[in-house]
Amino acid sequence: MASSYKDEDGHITVSGSGAAAGAGGGSLRSKKPENTAFKQQRLPAWQPILTAGTVLPAFFIIGLMFIPIGIGLYVTSNNIKEFEIDYTGVEMSSPCFTCAQNFSWNGTKPCTCSVPFHLDQPYESNVFMYYGLSNFYQNHRRYVKSRDDSQLNGNEESLRKPSKECEPYAKHGNKPIAPCGAIANSMFNDSLELIYNDPNGTKVQIPLTATGIAWWTDKHVKFRNPGAENTNLTVVFQGTTQPVNWRRPVFQLDSDPDNNGFINEDFIVWMRTAALPTFRKLYRIIQRRSNVHPTLPRGNYTLEVVYNYPVRSFEGRKRMILSTISWMGGKNPFLGIAYISVGSVCFLLGVVLLIIHHKYGNRNNAAEISH
Amino acid sequence: MKFGGDEGRVHSRTIYVGHKSCPPNEAYIPPKFCDNRIVSSKYTVWNFLPKNLFEQFRRIANFYFLIIFLVQVIVDTPTSPVTSGLPLFFVITVTAVKQGYEDWLRHKADREVNEYRVSVLEDGRRIRKMSAKIKVGDIVEVEEDETFPCDLILLQSSRDDGTCFVTTASLDGESNHKTHYTVADLESDLQYLSSTIECEQPQPDLYKFVGRMHIYRNSQEPDVRSLGPENLLLKGANLKNTQKICGVAVYTGMETKMALNYQGKSQKRSAVEKSINAFLLVYLFILVSKALVCTTLKYVWQGKHDEPWYNEKTQKEKDTNQYLKMFTDFLSFMVLFNFIIPVSMYVTVEMQKFLGSFFITWDKDFFDPEIQEGALVNTSDLNEELGQVEYIFTDKTGTLTQNNMEFIECCIDGFQYKHGDGSSELDGFCVTDGPVNKIQQKAGREREELFLRALCLCHTVQIKESTMHRQDQIDQIDQIGQIDQVDGLGVDHEFLHPPQKEMGFIASSPDEIALVKGAMRYGFTFLGLESKNMKILNRNKDVETYELLHVLNFDPVRRRMSVMVRSKTGDILLFCKGADSSMFPQVRQEEVERIRMHVERNATEGYRTLCVAYKHLNAQEYARADADLREARLALQDREEKLMAVYNRVETDMILIGATAVEDQLQDEAAQTMEALQGAGMKVWVLTGDKMETAKSTCYACGLFKKNTELLELTLRTLEDGGRSREERLHDLLLEYHKKAVQDAPPVKLGITRSWSVAGHDYGFIIDGASLSMVLSSSSEPNSRRYKNLFLQICQNCTAVLCCRMAPLQKAQIVKLVKNSKGNPITLSVGDGANDVSMILEAHVGIGIKGKEGRQAVKNSDYAIPKLKHLKKLLLAHGHLYYVRIAHLVQYFFYKNLCFILPQFLYQFFCGYSQQPLYDAAYLTMYNICFTSMPILAYSLLEQHICIEVLLEHSTLYRNIAKNAMLRWKLFLYWTALGIFHGLVFFFGVRFLFSNPALQDNGQVFGNWSYGTIVFTVLVFTVTLKLALDTRHWTWINHFVIWGSLAFYVFFSFFWGGIIWPFLKHQRLYFVFANMLSSVSAWLVIILLILLSLLPEILLVVLRKPRGPHARQKKSSAGDPQSPQSSARPLLTRTFSDESNTVI
Repeated sequence: MASSYKDEDGHITVSGSGAAAGAGGGSLRSKKPENTAFKQQRLPAWQPILTAGTVLPAFFIIGLMFIPIGIGLYVTSNNIKEFEIDYTGVEMSSPCFTCAQNFSWNGTKPCTCSVPFHLDQPYESNVFMYYGLSNFYQNHRRYVKSRDDSQLNGNEESLRKPSKECEPYAKHGNKPIAPCGAIANSMFNDSLELIYNDPNGTKVQIPLTATGIAWWTDKHVKFRNPGAENTNLTVVFQGTTQPVNWRRPVFQLDSDPDNNGFINEDFIVWMRTAALPTFRKLYRIIQRRSNVHPTLPRGNYTLEVVYNYPVRSFEGRKRMILSTISWMGGKNPFLGIAYISVGSVCFLLGVVLLIIHHKYGNRNNAAEISH
Repeated sequence: MKFGGDEGRVHSRTIYVGHKSCPPNEAYIPPKFCDNRIVSSKYTVWNFLPKNLFEQFRRIANFYFLIIFLVQVIVDTPTSPVTSGLPLFFVITVTAVKQGYEDWLRHKADREVNEYRVSVLEDGRRIRKMSAKIKVGDIVEVEEDETFPCDLILLQSSRDDGTCFVTTASLDGESNHKTHYTVADLESDLQYLSSTIECEQPQPDLYKFVGRMHIYRNSQEPDVRSLGPENLLLKGANLKNTQKICGVAVYTGMETKMALNYQGKSQKRSAVEKSINAFLLVYLFILVSKALVCTTLKYVWQGKHDEPWYNEKTQKEKDTNQYLKMFTDFLSFMVLFNFIIPVSMYVTVEMQKFLGSFFITWDKDFFDPEIQEGALVNTSDLNEELGQVEYIFTDKTGTLTQNNMEFIECCIDGFQYKHGDGSSELDGFCVTDGPVNKIQQKAGREREELFLRALCLCHTVQIKESTMHRQDQIDQIDQIGQIDQVDGLGVDHEFLHPPQKEMGFIASSPDEIALVKGAMRYGFTFLGLESKNMKILNRNKDVETYELLHVLNFDPVRRRMSVMVRSKTGDILLFCKGADSSMFPQVRQEEVERIRMHVERNATEGYRTLCVAYKHLNAQEYARADADLREARLALQDREEKLMAVYNRVETDMILIGATAVEDQLQDEAAQTMEALQGAGMKVWVLTGDKMETAKSTCYACGLFKKNTELLELTLRTLEDGGRSREERLHDLLLEYHKKAVQDAPPVKLGITRSWSVAGHDYGFIIDGASLSMVLSSSSEPNSRRYKNLFLQICQNCTAVLCCRMAPLQKAQIVKLVKNSKGNPITLSVGDGANDVSMILEAHVGIGIKGKEGRQAVKNSDYAIPKLKHLKKLLLAHGHLYYVRIAHLVQYFFYKNLCFILPQFLYQFFCGYSQQPLYDAAYLTMYNICFTSMPILAYSLLEQHICIEVLLEHSTLYRNIAKNAMLRWKLFLYWTALGIFHGLVFFFGVRFLFSNPALQDNGQVFGNWSYGTIVFTVLVFTVTLKLALDTRHWTWINHFVIWGSLAFYVFFSFFWGGIIWPFLKHQRLYFVFANMLSSVSAWLVIILLILLSLLPEILLVVLRKPRGPHARQKKSSAGDPQSPQSSARPLLTRTFSDESNTVI
C-alpha cells in the first residue's frame, strides 16, 4: 500500500548523499551488483510443460484409477442396508397422527405411538439408529451461535452467568439456564424404542446402546460437567434452571453418572449443529450380540415413540433410520457415482484428445514443413 | 516549500552582513527570517498516529475496509470484527511502521544536519555553533570538504584569486568541480565589513540568483556589486580544493535552494492499476448484488419461516424497526461477502512491486564499469508498465549518441582541415578534403592561428586540478614545454598526449572540451585561466596571455557564446562560436557561402557543427559594451532579458573564420537496441534539439531510417518551398502525407494490427520545432484540431519519427499529444539531459540515462540506466516479466477470492439466509493472509514463463502482451468463470456428500463446521495447485512456498482445532479437522473435487497446445537447446493472447 502514499510522501532525506532514492535504489549506487543466481534471476528452475504427451497419460491414469475406486465405493454403498421410516404423523392414517395433532408444550402425560414396520433383509453387523429431521434449520446463524461453550466446558462462572449469545434462552426468571441457548433448549427429546415382533409371537425389545454416539473428544474434553469429578450433579447445578422446553433438568438426563449432565451423549450429539436443514443424528447403536444371529433379523418390528418433539409448526418431518455402516460411513451413492463419472470422463477425454492430438499434431507438422 | 507565497509580497530581501546596521548610523532592525533548521520529516512523536492514520484512511480501499470493520463492530454481523480488523490492522501497521521508519530516518538525517557544528564569525571571534542556529546575515566559515550549512554569498576565500571550488553532487549529482567567485574588492578583515545584500526571495532554481551588495565605507556613497549564481554557495554542496572560505548566510533552513528543490514528483499510475480498479468495481457490483439478493430472499423466506419455536428472536431483534433491520441485514451480508474484495491484494501487489524492483537494481547486465553504477529505480510503481510501452521518445545527444565528442575536422576560410593519423603531416595539419584536395590549398597561416586562438579562448572550459599543487602543475607544463623545445620538433600531437591525460578539462558541454582538445592537436594548448588571464601555449611554444574581460554565456535561445579578451598588445577581441543558423545572420555575409557548404556536408555526415567568428572592438565600442554589460548584470529585475539584449547587440557584424565538426559517436549497440525495440512493436520517435541533417544521419546510423524508408518532411524548408503562405503549405503537406502514409497504406488486417512491417513501404516522418508549433497552435481552433489529428495519424503510420530543433517544452508537448491520442498508448521517454526532464516527467515511464549532462534527468526519471543498450533488457525482459507476473497476480487474486466467497454465498440458500458463515472465523481471516498469499507472491517475483535469453532474442514476444493483453475483459471473464466453476464444484460436491452426514466408520455424524472445513480444505488445495499448474519456473523458493503453505494449512488446522482456546467464545473447530481426516469419505471427496476443479485447466492446455506456441516452441527448440522448456507460457496467456495475436 505504501506506494499510493508516495505522493503525499514526497519528502526528502536531507542527508549527506542527498538524492532521495526511491524503492531500493540508493544503497546499491556505485557498487557492482552481486552475481548471485537469485539476484540475477537465474536460480536453477524446473520448467515443466504440460504437453499432450505428459497430460494424456495422466488422463488415462486418472481414469483407470477412479473407475475402480468408484465401482468399489458404489458397491460398498449399495451393500449398506438402510431403512428409513417417517413417523411425523402428518397423514390421518399414520399412527402418530393423534400425538402430532394434540401436542402441547405443557402436556403432563407424554403421548406415545407405535409405528410398525418390516425389515426385508436381516442386518448382520452393528446397526446404527438415527433420527432425522427435515426443514429444521440447525444452521441458522442465530441458532448456531446460541450456546455457551464455556458453560458446557464446565466453567462455573459461565454456569451462573451464561453468555449473552444465549439470549433469549439465557435466563428464565432470575435463574440462569443450564445449558443455555437455543440449541440446548430445542434438544430432540422423542424417545424411540425398537420392538422385534418375533414370528413366534413374542415381542422382544432390542437393546440400544446410548454411548459411543458422540465424538470422543467432545465427550471427554469439550463437554464437561461443572464442579469436581464425582460430585453430586444436583448440587452443582443448584441455582440454575432447566431450559424452558425441557421436561427434566440437565442432571437427570441419564441415570448413568458418566452420561449425565453436560456429558450426556444425546445432548452432545444434538449440540453439534447440522450443516443442512435436512439432517440425521446418531441416536442409538444396536450392538451385534452373537456371531450366529443377525443383529436385526428379517421380520416385523414396532417403533415405540414417546412423542415429545413438535415439528409440524415449521412443517418439519421426523424420521427414524436404521443403517449399517461401512468404512466409508453411511449409505451414500454420490461418491461412487462421482468417481465413476469423473473417471470415465477422464478416460474418454483421454481417448478423444489422443485422436485430436494425433490429427492436429500431424497437420501442424505438415504446416511446418511447408513453411 | 510553503514560503513560496512570500514572493508575491516582497520582491527582494535585505540582509545585513554580520548583523550590523548599515549604513552604520541607521538603526538596525533585525529582520525576521526562518532559522537554519531543516525539517524534512513529516511527523512528530505527538502527531504521528492521528496524522498517519488520517493519511492512510484517505485512501479509498483502506477507507472501505474501515467501514466494513466499523459495520462489524456496530451491527450484529456474522463474522467477528477480528476477521476484517486483523488484516486491516496488519496493513495499516505495516504501512505505518514503514512510514514511521522512513520518517525516523528523516528525523535522524535532519538532526545530523541541524546539529552539525559550524564556525560563525561574530565580532571578529570564531564561535562554534549548531548549524540549526545560523541566522540570515551570519558570517559562516567553511573548511575544505565540509558541506555548506546554508546558502552563502562567498565573501572570502583562502585562494588568492578569490575563487573556490565546489561539487554539487548531492544537489544535482554533478561531481565535477565548479568555480565560484568572491565578491570583488572586499575588506580583507570581514570584521570591519559593513554592507547589506539585497537579493531576490528564495526560489528553487539552482542556477538562478540575482542580488546586489552595497558596501559602506566611511559613510561614502555605498559601492554596489552585482551578485549572481557564481557568488552563491548552495547548501548541500561541498567545498573542494580550497582551504576555507567565509560567506554570509542569505537563505537558511527551509528557504535554501536545496530544500526548495525537493518537491514530490507527481504520482504516475500504471495501466495495470487502472485495470485493477475496473475489476474492483465489477467485484463491488457482484458484492452488492449478492448482498441484495440475499437480503431480498431472506425476507421472502422469513414470510414463511419467520420464527420457529426452536429459534426465537431476541427481545432486541423483535424491537428493531423492520426497515432498519433490513438495512442492517444488508450490511451483514456485505460483511459476510466482503472478502471478495481482498485487503491483502493491495499488500501483495505493493510487496511485489517493491521487492520486484530490486531485480532491476541487482541486474549486473545494467552495470556499467565506466561509471561504476548499475540501474537505479526511483519508483517501483511502474515496473509492469515497462512491459506495455508502445511509443518510445528518445533524445538524441547523450542517449542515442554517446555525447563523447571527438574533434573531426574544421574548416578555415572555406578550406578543410582534417586531422589525420599523423601520416601526412604538414605543420600538424593535413588536408584531405575531397574536392579541395587536388588544389592542396590552405588558408593563410594568420587565419589558421586566429581560428585556433579562437578555439582556445572562446569557451568556459576549466582545468581540473589534480592532487598536486598548482605550482607543481605549472612546473610540469613548463617541463613539457622544455621537452618540446629540447626535442626541437614542432608540436607533435603524440607528444601532447601525456599532458592531455593529466589535464582534465571541465566544461558545461562536452563540445567545448572536444574543441579545446582539437586546438591542442593543432598546436594551441589552453593552459588555464588564472586570475582573469587566459594562457595559451602557441605553436612556437610561447605562452600567450589574454585578459578575459567578459564571458557572454551560452544559452539555448541565442545558441552561441562569446568571450571578450584583451591581448598583450591591447587589442580587444570578441570571439564567438555558435550554431550555424544563429551565427550566419550575425556575421558579414562574404564568408558565409563557402563555409555553409562545409557545415552542411558535415551535418549530413552526422557531425555536430559550430561556426567560429571574431570581431575587433575599438576602445570606444568596448567601453560601451562593458558599461552595458555591467549595468545589465546589476539589474535585479529581468536581468536575463537585459543581458540577452546586450549580448545580441555586441555579437553583430562579426567576421566568420571557420567552422568545426565534432563527431558524437553512437551509443554501444544503439542500432541493435532500436531494431529490437521496433521488432517488439514499439514506435521510436527521436526528439532532439539538434538540427535536422545531424539528427537524420543519426537516425540512419542507428537504423531507425532505412535505405528504403520514404521520408516525409515537414520542416521550415519544405514549408517555404511552395512560395505560398506557410499555413496553406502546411495544410497541403499534411494532406499529402496523410494520403500517402495513411490512406494508401494497405488495409491493416485485424489480427496483425501491430505488425506494420509487413507493408513493403516504410515511411519516416521528419518535423521541426517551428512546424510543430504551427501544427499545434494553428490560428483557428478547428484547424488546429484537424492538423493535430492528421499529424498523429501520419506519425502512427510511420516506422520512425524524427522531431528536430525541439525546445524542451515541445518535447513534452509531443509526448502529451501522443499520450492523449486515441487508445491512450503507453509512452516512454528516455533522455539524459536537463532538457529531457520535461518529457521524462510527461511520459508514462521516464527513463534517465546516466550520461554526461548531469543528473537532472536521472533524478526526475522513474528508472535510470547507464546506457541506452540497457533499455532493451529493461523493456523486453524485465518489463515483459513484470507485466506477466503482476497481471497474473491480479487475475489470480480476484479468482481465488471469488471461489472463496461463492460457497459462502451458496450456503445462504441452505441456512435460511441467516448470514451464517460457512467457514470458521480463523479460516476467513487467514485465507488471504497466510494460506494463499505466499505462493502467489513468490510466483509474481520469480516467474519466468519464457526465460530471459529467449525474451531478448525474440523481441516479437513483447507484442503478445501489448495493449494490456493479460488484463483484458475477456481474460478477466475467463478467470471469473473459472472462479465460479470452482466455487460451485466445492460447494455442491460437499453438499451431495452431506446428504448423509454419517461419514465416519463409527456412524457418527458431521456438523456444519465439518462441512465448511471440507470445503475450505478443497479450496486451499485447489487454489494453490492451480497456481502450481500455472507456474512455469519452479525454483526451490516456489517449491518451498507452495508445498510449505499447504503444509502450514494442515498444521495450522490441527493446531487450531487441537486446543480449547480460552479466549474464544466458541470452540467451533475443536477436533473438526482431525475428525475430518479420520473419515475416508472426506479424503475421497477432497481428492475428487480438487481433480475435478483442475480438470478443465489441464484440458485447456492440451487443447490449446497444437496452436501457435506449439509451432514456435518447435522452432526455437531447433535453435536453442534451452528454450523449448521455457517458451511455454502460462496456460491462460497462451489461450487468449494467441487467439488475438497469432495468425497461424
